Amino acid sequence: MIEREVTIKNRTGLHTRPAATLVKLAAKFKSDFFIFKDGLQINGKSIIGVMTLAAEQGSKLILRFNGEDEGEAANAIVELFEKGFEEI
Amino acid sequence: MGPLIEENLKQEVVLQGIAAAPGIAMGRVHLYNKHVPKIPDRTILPDEVPVEIERLHHAVARSEKELDKILGYAEQKLGGGKSKIFEAQIMILNDPLLFEAIETRIRSECKNAEFIINDEINKYQRLMLVAKDEYIRERAYDIDDLKNRILRNIQQERLYSRLEGSSVIVAESLTSADTILFSRNDVLGYATDLGGITSHAALLSRSLKIPAVVGLRDVTNKVYSGDEVVIDGYSGRFIIHPSKESIAEFEARRAKFLAFEQKLAGLRDLPSETLDRKRIDLSVNIEFEDELEFALLQGAEGIGLYRTERLILERDVIPNEEEQYEEYKRIADKMYPHRVILRTFDIGGDKVLPQSLPEANPYLGWRGIRICLDEPQLFLDQLRAILRASTRKNVAMMFPMVATVGEVREAKKMVEQAKAELRARGVPFDDHMKIGVMIEVPSAAVMAEEISRETDFVSIGTNDLIQYLLAVDRTNSVVAGLYQEFHPAVLRSIKHIIDASHKSKVWVGMCGEMAGDPLAVILLVGLGLDEFSVVPAVLPEIKKIIRSIKYKEAKRIAEKALRFSTEEEVEQYLREVIKEKFPEIPLG
Repeated sequence: MIEREVTIKNRTGLHTRPAATLVKLAAKFKSDFFIFKDGLQINGKSIIGVMTLAAEQGSKLILRFNGEDEGEAANAIVELFEKGFEEI
Repeated sequence: MGPLIEENLKQEVVLQGIAAAPGIAMGRVHLYNKHVPKIPDRTILPDEVPVEIERLHHAVARSEKELDKILGYAEQKLGGGKSKIFEAQIMILNDPLLFEAIETRIRSECKNAEFIINDEINKYQRLMLVAKDEYIRERAYDIDDLKNRILRNIQQERLYSRLEGSSVIVAESLTSADTILFSRNDVLGYATDLGGITSHAALLSRSLKIPAVVGLRDVTNKVYSGDEVVIDGYSGRFIIHPSKESIAEFEARRAKFLAFEQKLAGLRDLPSETLDRKRIDLSVNIEFEDELEFALLQGAEGIGLYRTERLILERDVIPNEEEQYEEYKRIADKMYPHRVILRTFDIGGDKVLPQSLPEANPYLGWRGIRICLDEPQLFLDQLRAILRASTRKNVAMMFPMVATVGEVREAKKMVEQAKAELRARGVPFDDHMKIGVMIEVPSAAVMAEEISRETDFVSIGTNDLIQYLLAVDRTNSVVAGLYQEFHPAVLRSIKHIIDASHKSKVWVGMCGEMAGDPLAVILLVGLGLDEFSVVPAVLPEIKKIIRSIKYKEAKRIAEKALRFSTEEEVEQYLREVIKEKFPEIPLG
């Protein structure tokens, strides 16, 4: 199991488009992927869940990966957050 | 009751609303109710589980098909990239975890599919509705839309936007998306309970040339689908079960309007000038890129107002400099060599920026230039995009909601900063781009001389100016009647703005609805207005009036109109003038 902390960098937060990008990327990996925010846990492979997170710019999230390709999954997804979903 | 009563025995009912888009149509009602599905709560036998799961799959598949279609229409009408919300809804339909959870619960709780779908999706909706972020709360309504779509499909009801033959759409309110969706069908007209004349759906129906009457209060309770009606988008009347006499009257009115419109067709290539050769610029207000072709066909010689905030309103994100540049450049190229005036983001008020806060009085709150000056990054992105689109020198920009000279100076400083940034990047732009200001706040009207000294032109935004001057919210149907375009205070303000700006050697345009009102044209020419910017649909009519008068005469008429002390007197006088000079112009 791998846990990583990330900060939302893009201006409009984890809204529809970034949520879609994130879920699409997560679906490429076999590992389970959960996101934790303010006591809320959601499945990072569920678009409706990620949209519900209401993660605004500046909010901090814990990402948890668990499974055979957890290392690759963690690197790819953390990178997506770091790049601000390419829309800073 | 009902079908036993013959059509001709039904009582004629006349409702008065607000005319929102011109035209007269007769036809049958299609009553559009935002579908609120019933959710039965049934316990099912274990044998029935496969049936319920099958119903669920079927409903999801149908919903996806519908959404694919809507997405296609939206892309066609609004261009790609602006229809993201429908894509997101389709992704949710394909969310494996959501539907796994629903199936598991149908099996374990032995409940009917509707009940579980509703309960499961509601969980997410509730979470979104408590979010601090207004944007996320808005998304809850999209989720609601999607949920209702699945529930409607599980109950095998039809997609609302498919019409049987041509119809007059009657609804509580219509969004731009509804209007677009319906316009794919043979829509004769739109009538709504709510809404003022400036709502986006009304603007859109004007571009689509479909008559619309809004603010009818409770028309949805007064008609059934299939009822025969007349909709008069000139006078704002809506007649249910029209009598033979009414039908004959409206047919005559319609014939008169059509004949007049036909007469206008030859005007396109003639210059916009008065009989004594005073040149008046005639341009158009544009919101959707789709409207450009029609505008050019109508003889537009420029865009007097391009509403850039649409870029924000119709997609989920604030477009970056590059995306904005592409759109502005495309518009500028399509209109070349004519001038395009891009109005910087006019958000706030009834429009919502994702990160804006709820305000008790949004029209007096954070909007227009105020937001742009508070959010320099947002503003600079836009300014650079506009500047970059100006290389062929046919682009100008103007700032909305200016209330003080200081704001103009500050905004101009930002333009200089944007220019410096582009220079540093080695990107070309028009260094002499003209900069204007919208005069729509009473304080700016009073200070027109000082403000115009800071600018290359001003454009009077009458919709907001009149609302602020008369303290009337015209989207509030209770007081909308107090909105008086010809209030003497409005006339005197316009005169002051024009005279003061001319003193500063600055030209004056008008991009509010008043500019497109045939009754106001002579008056405005007489007051010395240099540019009219109107919706494309009315442009030929305005040109016809301009070409039929002498400036000298219009001046005399304006001078007389300025002496009245009530709107009724002004309006009556202008009506008489039109009747005498232009008996063929049909007035609302």
